[in-house]
Amino acid sequence: MALLELRNVSKIYHTGGEEIRALDDVSLELNNGEFISIIGPSGSGKSTLMHILGCLDLPTKGEVWLDGINISKASQRELARVRNRTIGFVFQSFNLLPKLSVLQNVELPMVYAGIGGSQRRERATAALNLVELGHRLKNRPNQLSGGQQQRVAIARALVNDPKIILADEPTGNLDTHTGEVILNLFRQLSIQGRTVILVTHNPEIAAVTPRRVEIRNGKVAERVDERLAGLHRQAAAAGMAAGLGVPG
Amino acid sequence: MNLINTIVIGLKEIWAHKFRSLLTMFGIVLGVASLVGMSALIKGMENGMRESMVAMGGADKVLLEAQAVPAYQDHLADQAPGRTIRDVFALREGAPLLRVVSPEMTVPEVILTRGEKACDPSECVGAWPEVLEMNLHTVEHGRFFNAIDEERAHAVCVVGTGIRDALFGSPDEIGREIIPIGEKIQIGGQPFTIVGMFQHYMGEQEAKERALARRTPKAEPGSFQGPKRQKGWGKRGGWAFSRKNMTVYMPLNTAWVRFRIAGDLDGIPDPRLSDIDIKVRDLSNLEAALQQARNVLLVTHNGIEDFNFRTQENQVESINKQIENARMSGGIIAGISLLVGGIGIMNIMLASINERIREIGTCKALGATGTEIFIQIIVESVVLSILGALLGLLASGGLVEVLGLISPTGNTPVVTWQSQAIAVAFSAGVGIVAGLFPAVKAARLSPIQALRYE
Repeated sequence: MALLELRNVSKIYHTGGEEIRALDDVSLELNNGEFISIIGPSGSGKSTLMHILGCLDLPTKGEVWLDGINISKASQRELARVRNRTIGFVFQSFNLLPKLSVLQNVELPMVYAGIGGSQRRERATAALNLVELGHRLKNRPNQLSGGQQQRVAIARALVNDPKIILADEPTGNLDTHTGEVILNLFRQLSIQGRTVILVTHNPEIAAVTPRRVEIRNGKVAERVDERLAGLHRQAAAAGMAAGLGVPG
Repeated sequence: MNLINTIVIGLKEIWAHKFRSLLTMFGIVLGVASLVGMSALIKGMENGMRESMVAMGGADKVLLEAQAVPAYQDHLADQAPGRTIRDVFALREGAPLLRVVSPEMTVPEVILTRGEKACDPSECVGAWPEVLEMNLHTVEHGRFFNAIDEERAHAVCVVGTGIRDALFGSPDEIGREIIPIGEKIQIGGQPFTIVGMFQHYMGEQEAKERALARRTPKAEPGSFQGPKRQKGWGKRGGWAFSRKNMTVYMPLNTAWVRFRIAGDLDGIPDPRLSDIDIKVRDLSNLEAALQQARNVLLVTHNGIEDFNFRTQENQVESINKQIENARMSGGIIAGISLLVGGIGIMNIMLASINERIREIGTCKALGATGTEIFIQIIVESVVLSILGALLGLLASGGLVEVLGLISPTGNTPVVTWQSQAIAVAFSAGVGIVAGLFPAVKAARLSPIQALRYE
């Protein structure tokens, strides 16, 4: 059974009496451990698809099944809980809270999950060690470089051990080299068994993922790069999960 | 989501905008300071009023008043006996619920003289030793009259310090205290010996004035000092105290023999007392005690109701009423300033959530529910207002000090913990109310729009 499944999902907006079909009868299946990119020009419905995949929004028509549960009719409170436990968000502009330290930023999702203070600290530190920022716990986000900030954001996305990582243009504000580091991080995460969704408008970035979903005028078309998919499966099978291998 | 964490985040938010937060808090600071200062002033006033009340004999003193006979007994009016010493003996024997019964016979329109000096006492009455307990007098020098003085109608008197000041000179003027025990004065032209003097009664206000005078250096003798202050009733404020200091007491029998018997125009001396004051044994049993006294008096008065009781309850009630009014008006004014402070907080909270729309969106994406966002904003608002309230308490200390300095002779403002608690609680309430609208607004933000907000 698929981890996340969209069944004939439509999202329709009404603006000024005009009907806009941001998503038009989209069906999509995502499995555990997949590394997938969603690509499309702006205005294609890409953001809408991302919002529905990220449980930030509900479809007008159709069903969304997450982990075997239909969440199309969930309340805002239930959606918040799903976002908290099952999905990790990474944003283009990092979206770290400027007044909190790096450690507190990473602890935040656990605060909303109701996890006790000492455990929070422990897990946040572990997540930051994983992205090799264990030495910057007390710093403020604005004292870090862009790449470091994005790694903090990834640590934050990981800390509640979500099944899905949803990254919206994660390299958009970074230079090419740092962007590659971040993309590599995502690849490792998917090899470890998490589903990583990369939303981008840049075909070069989409090219690193084995599976690409292109969206245009609310309709999706899929393409699977068999070579990359094979490599990906191999890597996963080889259990490369030992280390994430971020260059210092 | 634990509360401490929320409070810490709220404090950080406030600390991040120190100046803005301080300005916002200022409204609450002023509101709390004025609330506490106002109630301290009123408390001081209340203390002053109660002090005067005690000077007049305390709350448990009941006056037995003469009154016109009721309409249905009008035909008996000429047989009304009035209040006489018979009543006093009857009450003493027949009304065990009464503790003290004190008869008084006023010597009217009398002037005290000693050589060239003369003065007009506030009251010159013949009384029994019970009067000491009734009117809460303390004999500091000499003695009070005894049964022999009473029996033989000795020409002795006990005076207040005000009389001493007028006839012998006050300590302020001559620099030493004269104790006129054994001295002779004329009361209404008749020689009396002073056998005792009461202590000097003064309110807190006068006590403060005296302390102040002691601290300020005395002017050089011979230097120009300006006209002397007027003396008399208005002197030193607190009329209850100055009145009490101008008392002259003599034995009841003396007043009767020396002034009343010869004093009446048609040759028949008036046996009526001018006052009978009583104190009941137990204030909580006031009604029953008064009923008992009424029954006894109806016997001695042949059933004619030419008397009435006046309790100090009215007095207490009127003091309470005045205090309540003062509190109410002061409280409303301070409440309005707190409300204005609350509007400031609401304003700043709205600005603050507008600045943080993206942050709120991020928190929602990370799994914060609307309730959690709501609580966060409310807590921030309450933290802001409580910080303001605590600063206000500090400021109120200064304010009360300044009020005390401005009016050194007024009743000292008394800061009560109740007023502080009310002020803090009220500003916390204002904080909650002020935070409601911004918090609801923030909680309702759609995460998508909040994340997109630039």
